[in-house]
Amino acid sequence: MIDPSRIERLGGYGMSQFADGYVYRPTSVDEIRAVLAKAKAEGRQVTLRGAGRSYGEASIGAECIIVDLSRMNRMLAWDPSTGMLIAEPGATIEDLWRTGLEDGYWPPVVSGTMYPMLGGALAMNIHGKNAFKAGPIGEHVEEIDLLTTDGRLMTLSPNDEMFYAVISGAGLLGVITRVKIRLKKVKSGNLRVLALTARNWDEEFEAFETFTPIADYVVSWIDCFERGKGAGRGALHVAWYADDPDEFPSSLKISHQDLPDTILGFFPKAIVWRCLKAFNNRPGMKLVNAAKYWAGALLANGKTEHQSLVAFSFLLDYVPNWRWAYLPGGFIQYQSLVPKEHAKRVFAEQIRLQQEARLESFLAVMKRHRPDKFLLSHAVDGYSLALDFKVTERNRERLWDLTHKMNDLVLQAGGRFYLAKDSTLRPSDVESFLGRETLSRFRSLKAELDPYGLLTSELAKRTGLAG
Amino acid sequence: MKYKHAIIVGASSGLGRELAYLLAESGCKTAILARDEERLRFVAGKHPQRLLPFVHDVRDTDAVPELFQQITKELGGLDLVIYCSGVMPEVGPHEFNFQKDKLMVDVNLIGAIAWLNQAAIRFQETRSGTIVGIGSVAGDRGRCGQPVYNTTKAALATYLEALRNRLSRLGVRVVTIKPGPMQTEMTRHLHLRGAMLPQIAAKKVLAKSRKTGEHYLKPTHRIAFALIRMIPSPIFRRLKI
Repeated sequence: MIDPSRIERLGGYGMSQFADGYVYRPTSVDEIRAVLAKAKAEGRQVTLRGAGRSYGEASIGAECIIVDLSRMNRMLAWDPSTGMLIAEPGATIEDLWRTGLEDGYWPPVVSGTMYPMLGGALAMNIHGKNAFKAGPIGEHVEEIDLLTTDGRLMTLSPNDEMFYAVISGAGLLGVITRVKIRLKKVKSGNLRVLALTARNWDEEFEAFETFTPIADYVVSWIDCFERGKGAGRGALHVAWYADDPDEFPSSLKISHQDLPDTILGFFPKAIVWRCLKAFNNRPGMKLVNAAKYWAGALLANGKTEHQSLVAFSFLLDYVPNWRWAYLPGGFIQYQSLVPKEHAKRVFAEQIRLQQEARLESFLAVMKRHRPDKFLLSHAVDGYSLALDFKVTERNRERLWDLTHKMNDLVLQAGGRFYLAKDSTLRPSDVESFLGRETLSRFRSLKAELDPYGLLTSELAKRTGLAG
Repeated sequence: MKYKHAIIVGASSGLGRELAYLLAESGCKTAILARDEERLRFVAGKHPQRLLPFVHDVRDTDAVPELFQQITKELGGLDLVIYCSGVMPEVGPHEFNFQKDKLMVDVNLIGAIAWLNQAAIRFQETRSGTIVGIGSVAGDRGRCGQPVYNTTKAALATYLEALRNRLSRLGVRVVTIKPGPMQTEMTRHLHLRGAMLPQIAAKKVLAKSRKTGEHYLKPTHRIAFALIRMIPSPIFRRLKI
C-alpha cells in the first residue's frame, strides 16, 4: 500500500486539466530506482514530472506514481573555459543562466519562462525564439544519463540512436538523471532589439523572410481579432546578441538582469493579474490586442533599444501569476508548425475559423523553425503559431471542436504539433503527423527501455503514445 | 461539474442502489460496495460499464485503507464518496439488546468513520471532492423507540459536522443528508405509509450534494424537526413522539 497522504492534485501550466497522483520527490538515482520498484510492486504506472510547465497533461497521470524530479537539482560541474555544464534534471533554465552569465555564457535555447527543468526541457525538446538558428535544446546536449524503469543506467551521446528518441520522447522512455550541455558564449548581457509593426499577413511573413537570415532571435505577436485587410497584423521583435566593448561588461552581472517589480516605475506587478482578469474576456481582449498593436505602431515601430537577456527572453515571467487571470477554467495552448509554403494560408484560415466560432485566441505568437532529427520532433522548415485559448465550462466542447478543425488544416499541409503545448490531439492526429514508421520505431524503443510499460501520462494516454 | 468517479458504500438496496443507478446513468464511473455478492452483482449488471462491484462488510474496518486505494486506482480518480450503509433491527419498547445495538454502532457509525476518514485523507490533500453521509431525522432527538439507532445517526451527524469544519476551508464539500421515513428494506417491518420512495430520495440527495452543509429532503421536515429539536427535555419525555 502507498502512504495515502502522498496523493496530490496536479495540473499543467494551463490549469485546465488536473489528475490526482501519489507524489515522490527522490533526490538520487538510487531513490528513483526504489520508487520505480515500488510502482512495479504496487502495479501502478509512473508519470515523470519536472516543473509542471508543459501546458497540458504531459506531467500528470491519474492514480499514477508521480516521480517529481525537482529535488534532484544539483549542479555537478561547470567549466567557464568551455561553457560545458553538467547538472541533474531538476536544475532549471534559471539555474543555467545564473551559473553561466557572469562567466559570459547564456543557455543556447530558452523557453518563454525560466522555470522549466532540464529533464522536462529535454523530454519535450523545447525551442526558443531562435529556433530557426539554434534548433531545439537537444542539439546542444553532449551527453545524458538515462535510467530505465527496470533499473539500468546508461550514458547516451549524439552518436546513439536512442539519444534522439529519449530527447523529444515526452518522458515515456526513461528517466534522464544527468545532463551535459554546452552554453553559448555571449559578450554582453544585453540584446539589441528592433521593434517592427506588420499591418497584415504579407508584411508579417516578409519581415520574417528578411530578418531570419541575419538575426539571432525573431518573434512576432499577432492580433487574432482583426479581420479583412488587417488580418495577421502584429508586432515583431528582432534581436541580436549585443557586443559590449568592456572587458568585464557590467551587463553580465546577475543584478543587471533582475526584473523590476513594478510597471512604469510605480505600479506593483503583483496585482497586475487581477487587473488582467477584468479584461480577460472577448471584448476586453479585443481592446487589449488593438491597444497593443497601435501602441507598437505609433511609439515603437522601427526603433532599436537594448534589453537585458532576461527581460527579452522570459516574457512569461514578466507579469507574476498572469495565468491566474484565466481561472477558474484555465487555458490551453495550441501550437501548430506548418511548412513555409503553406504557413500563411493555414494560419490565416486558423484565425478565420476562430473568428467564425467567436473563440479568438487572446494571445498569439509566431516563430520561425528549421527541421531537426529527433524522433518525436515537432519542427518543420516553416513557421509556428502558438495560440492561447481561455477554457470555460461552457466553451470547452466548442473549443475542442475548433482545434480539431485547425488540426485538419495543419495535417493537410504536412505540418506538425508540439506536445509540450498540447491538450487536444487525438491518436489519429499524432499518427498522421509523426507517421506510422516513426511511431512503430518509438514503440519498439519503448518496449526495449520500459519493458513493463510503467511510464505514462495523461498526454500519452490521450494521444495513444503509451497505454 | 458532473461527478466522474464515485464510491457508494452500501449500494445493494434502498437509497444506495438508486444512487448507483442515477450516477451510472449520468456517466459517472461508480464503485459499489455491499456484503451480499449476489445482490451487488445484480445491481452492477444494470450498468456493467460504469458500476464496479466490490464485496465488503463494513464491519471489517481493517480492510478499508487498502480497499479504498485499490478502488480509487480502478476508478482512475475520485470526486464523490457516499456512505449509505445503515441497519435498524426491530427493537421492542422494553428491549435492551446489546447484540443489536453493537451491530448498529458498527454499521451505521464505525463503518462510516472508517470509510470517510479515508476520503478525508485524500480530499484534504487534493483539495477537492465531496463527502456525503446519510444521517437521519431520527438522529435529531433521543426517542423511546430506537435509542441506539438515534445515537448512531446523531453521532454520525456530529462527526460529519466536524469533518465539514476541517475540510470546507480546503474546498472539500461535506454533506449530511437527513432523510425522513423511506420505503426501503430497513423500514419494511414498520409498515410505513406515505414514506418517500428511494428513487425520489436519491435524486434529491444528488442535488443537495452540491452544497456543503446539513440537508433535510423535504421543507416540511426542516420546519418540523427545527421545532422538535427546540422542545425542552422535561417536556419531550412526557410526549409520545
